[in-house]
Amino acid sequence: MTDPAKPIIQIQNVSKRFGKVTAVDNVSLDINAGEFFVLLGPSGCGKTTLLRMIAGFELPTEGRILIDGQDMEGIPPNKRPVNMVFQSYAVFPHMSVADNVAYGLKIAGVKGGEVKDRVAEALELVKLGGFETRMPDQMSGGQRQRVALARSLVMRPKVLLLDEPLSALDAKLRAQMQFELSELQEKVGITFVTVTHDQDEALSMACRIAVINKGEVSQLAAPSDLYEFPANRFVADFVGSVNIFEGKLTLDEPDRAAVDCPGLGKIYLNHGVTGPHGADVWVALRPEKIYLHVPGAGKAVTAAAQDAPEGHNFARGTIRGMSYLGDITLFEIELETGARIRVSRPNLSRRDQEDFTWGDKVSMHWRADSPVVLLG
Amino acid sequence: MALFARIPRAPLEYSRTLWMRLWVGAVMLFLYAPLIVLVIFSFNDSKRNVVWRGFTTKYYEKALGNDQLVEALLNSLTIAALATIVSLALGAVAAVMLWRFRFPLKGAVDGTVSLPIIVPEICLGVAFLMFFAAVGWPTDLVWPFNLGAITIAHVTFCFPFVTMVVRSRLASFNREQEEAAKDLGASEWQVFRDVLIPHIKPALVAGALLSFTLSLDDFVITYFTSGPDTITFPVKVYSMVRFSVTPEVNAASTLLIILTVALTFVALKAQGVKAIAETH
Repeated sequence: MTDPAKPIIQIQNVSKRFGKVTAVDNVSLDINAGEFFVLLGPSGCGKTTLLRMIAGFELPTEGRILIDGQDMEGIPPNKRPVNMVFQSYAVFPHMSVADNVAYGLKIAGVKGGEVKDRVAEALELVKLGGFETRMPDQMSGGQRQRVALARSLVMRPKVLLLDEPLSALDAKLRAQMQFELSELQEKVGITFVTVTHDQDEALSMACRIAVINKGEVSQLAAPSDLYEFPANRFVADFVGSVNIFEGKLTLDEPDRAAVDCPGLGKIYLNHGVTGPHGADVWVALRPEKIYLHVPGAGKAVTAAAQDAPEGHNFARGTIRGMSYLGDITLFEIELETGARIRVSRPNLSRRDQEDFTWGDKVSMHWRADSPVVLLG
Repeated sequence: MALFARIPRAPLEYSRTLWMRLWVGAVMLFLYAPLIVLVIFSFNDSKRNVVWRGFTTKYYEKALGNDQLVEALLNSLTIAALATIVSLALGAVAAVMLWRFRFPLKGAVDGTVSLPIIVPEICLGVAFLMFFAAVGWPTDLVWPFNLGAITIAHVTFCFPFVTMVVRSRLASFNREQEEAAKDLGASEWQVFRDVLIPHIKPALVAGALLSFTLSLDDFVITYFTSGPDTITFPVKVYSMVRFSVTPEVNAASTLLIILTVALTFVALKAQGVKAIAETH
């Protein structure tokens, strides 16, 4: 499906400044034809500005944007081969569903019979068949979004831009629409570019994600790479939840490395880190990658080292906080160094949450390849 | 209160308290008693308008048979219709301009647009009298061109109202709709025609109603700008009253009330009451 030889959108050294504020700072990235691309970032990071520049509603201060090989400079939004689904959906309230969807076709001068067929086809695609004569104020938010989707898809754009498409929906509907959008994208084969601040949304739908921070691309990667191999502290922290400890790189060989963290102790890794010896680094450890157990359980020994399986790192601490979330329980544990670490534990059986309580002394261990060493 | 005791009153159900009912009744009486008296006495079979002497419709026949009065009414309706059309176009364009664009002296324009609403009518009237005299506005034109001066004067105080209601409606416009239309290929003109105009339509209806009724019953400004051949209905009624308040004046006024109420009703029906309510 993806043809890496031919990016459908090329963003080349694009910057956008509003007065003294730099919203987008020298961004370059290629979006491949047929992929589901997500721009992920906190609010105000410039991701929406980037999307609006692709659509033509904002003009780059510097750099250029090419769509399907064609430079978009000087081409107004109504002449670009892209269509956008707006955050507010922007369905025309005075037009019926069919008229909304037909609007772009009528402007383009498509003949009546074809308009009717294509509108019906687009509505079928978003599962709104039979809603032709409804007015927007008789529809729910989710249905209005489908109208907006159909209205854009009916134009058969080269790229469909979606601005925070799921932010206004409730949690259940959002989860459902995540699947439907992915499915729809595969069915129509159009490149989707979505803007979101919601990491779940990004991880579940995207082929590739560009994490944007302060107008710059922090990391561009597939969802699992982004989560498991974050490139820097911002990405590690923004995507998912994470424990980050500052430390010094004391050992760095091709097959092993060690980081001395004042907060967590000495961390061993079973792979090399390409960083200068003695450099300041950060160790990122996801809460679900830490195993939790009662000290000495299984083996009647007191040394914490013996609690952990061969080759694992370990630590000890006291439970200071707990929150039961049903599927998992989150623990906040005070380490012997005084630092705090968050650990999540799946509730695999129905009484698992009763295993630990406030003030319990616990042991933790994790695999030597679980932590990520970050240089920036 | 014992009458209502069966269903206990909800805490915020003020419409069921006695003092609230009395208050509402008093307000209604205050507002409508003069009108009701006017209408009732238009059927009074008496030359003088103070004592009831029996029912008759002869003053309606008399009023409708009064050529001068009918001509004045026709003048009024023509002026109102013309002033409404011009005010709508002018007011809507001014509102869209002030909302959409940035231009030099925008603040000054913004302030002066509503000036005709603030300036006392008597001042406007005098100003128009002097203005038309100064420019040597022709007074001997044939109907309906002889109504030009009055129409221009009416447009001046009507269009700011149109601007006001259209602007308040524009404030609720979702700019993403405009962008969505453009994104679908629409030009600036098509966005204006297909998205913006439908959005402000209720305000245009409200503005048209306002203009029409303001123009129809304006007396002060019209008095200063009308000539002997361009008497309007309110001016004619005023001149009739100067001799005596006969039931004929009542009858004429009642007809005017019926006319405006009917027009408002038709406009509301045509637009749907909801659309009108949205603007307020």
